[in-house]
Amino acid sequence: MLYNIFIDPFMQMGGAPDLLVQTLWEGLVSGVLYALIALGFVLIFKASGVFNFAQGIMVVFAALTLVGFHEKGVPAWIAVILTLGVMYVLALAVERVVLRPLVNQPDIILFMATFGLTYVLIGIGEFIFGGEPKQMITEQLFLPRGAIDVKMLGGRVTFQKLDIAAAVIATVMIGALAAFFQYTRIGRALRAVADSHKAALSVGISLNQIWAIVWFAAGIVALITGVMWGARSEVSFGLDIIALKALPVLILGGFTSIPGAIVGGLIIGIGEKIAEFYWGPLVGGGIENWIAYVIALGFLMVRPQGLFGDKIIERI
Amino acid sequence: MQTMRSIEPGQQLLNVENVSLRFGGVKAITDVSFDIKKGEVRAIIGPNGAGKTSMLNVINGFYHPQEGQITYRGEARARMRPHVAATQGIARTFQNVALFKGMTTLDNIMVGRTLKMQKSFFWQLFRHGPAMNEEIEHRKFVEEIIDFLEIEHIRKVPVGKLPYGLQKRVELGRALAMQPELLLLDEPMAGMNLEEKEDMCRFILDTKEQYGTTIALIEHDMGVVMDLSDRVVVLEYGIKIADGTPEEVKANQKVIDAYLGVAH
Repeated sequence: MLYNIFIDPFMQMGGAPDLLVQTLWEGLVSGVLYALIALGFVLIFKASGVFNFAQGIMVVFAALTLVGFHEKGVPAWIAVILTLGVMYVLALAVERVVLRPLVNQPDIILFMATFGLTYVLIGIGEFIFGGEPKQMITEQLFLPRGAIDVKMLGGRVTFQKLDIAAAVIATVMIGALAAFFQYTRIGRALRAVADSHKAALSVGISLNQIWAIVWFAAGIVALITGVMWGARSEVSFGLDIIALKALPVLILGGFTSIPGAIVGGLIIGIGEKIAEFYWGPLVGGGIENWIAYVIALGFLMVRPQGLFGDKIIERI
Repeated sequence: MQTMRSIEPGQQLLNVENVSLRFGGVKAITDVSFDIKKGEVRAIIGPNGAGKTSMLNVINGFYHPQEGQITYRGEARARMRPHVAATQGIARTFQNVALFKGMTTLDNIMVGRTLKMQKSFFWQLFRHGPAMNEEIEHRKFVEEIIDFLEIEHIRKVPVGKLPYGLQKRVELGRALAMQPELLLLDEPMAGMNLEEKEDMCRFILDTKEQYGTTIALIEHDMGVVMDLSDRVVVLEYGIKIADGTPEEVKANQKVIDAYLGVAH
């Protein structure tokens, strides 16, 4: 038994390095997507201190809107622009209807409000687009299909072109966001608000405007995540489960750190796939579904603020 | 803002009339009136809990008084939001330093320029063209302030790592970056040693000289207050007990009682 747990899996890894690379790659791709979802959470959490439970459903909603527009005969690229418009209106509405009236309320109330938002979005989504799963319009968006086989390490490793595209797009997206935060006026204002509301107000930053902007940014991230996840399976409300996967990612990376979301996403993604492939057979499979939470739990005991999170020092 | 009529030095810039502020049953400020003239240093003093900080919070819109009226640049206003006060040229610093701790000195002061930078979101996305020129132009101004406050050596240091005295200085820098008409300073010298206090005094006077900024100041160090300010208003338990030049206030029996404590 101990042999099966502690030695055999590593023997397998060494014995078939091509399979290891394949598993790592698949883990990396889902890790990148987890990172994207977590990024949506972090953006909103940093700027407004709200844990946005609705982020998962925003992913579905954005993807559904995109597909919905396309079904109505709108060309794919225009549909993308229209969907961005819808996400912008959503951001404005959330700021006006949810955040502004609840300003200065305890966090838990805002958190519950995002629960409400989740069900509102599900309701609207099902009302407009129906409840059936839909196909993501991958070809129309020029996302590549097929796979590349690479011979290496005495075997063959398959890279799905779609996965490569997803990894590249996610990386570009994260890079662009980081640059935007670092070097522009609005980016600086966002960081300022994340740091101190009081001071930000005193230099003339409008919190309402900033909240609308971060929700819009989270909406853009949601759309991209939705397209990528949708392309790998299908677009349905079941997708919002992936939002729950963001939770261990956030615990690992820290709720306030963008690099944390990325690294956390990769660790969870890769950890999951490796565990499933090498240790899964021991327990009859299914490790993928829960190992992320176990990793997060272990992490909480050692480093509750996450890898990159702000350490909270209480004054006594 | 630019369309508002300009105010000559010596004219009334801000007028507080019969302002009362309550938190539930607690009266923080009761029927206080005073004015601030353009170009002067106006001190607000009083024992702890006298309502000084509340008064500043009312002026820049963090608190909304239940009664009374505030006239700024000849325009009376009812409620206002802090970021609107900022657009109208009111800047401030805080008693317990409210800086963006994770950001560098440079970035903190650049945030103070937010309102002056108006190039569109679109250009900023690409950080190109007009937005880039704008960024460079404002960066120049910020470097001037850094120079003025003698904090070149900490430009790239995250402010959370700086000693308290320097943080206060960065906070002043951020307020100055807004090129305010009216600068509210809430205990700018609290917790400083003698040398730091002298520096801060010099910066405040230089600000007045160089930029013509009107300054309202809360301070506990009486020596500093008497040296810096043109006129002083004294609060006790939310009520104004004296108002006048430093000499007049110093000689006022009520003020002496308030500070030394007298059996009533």
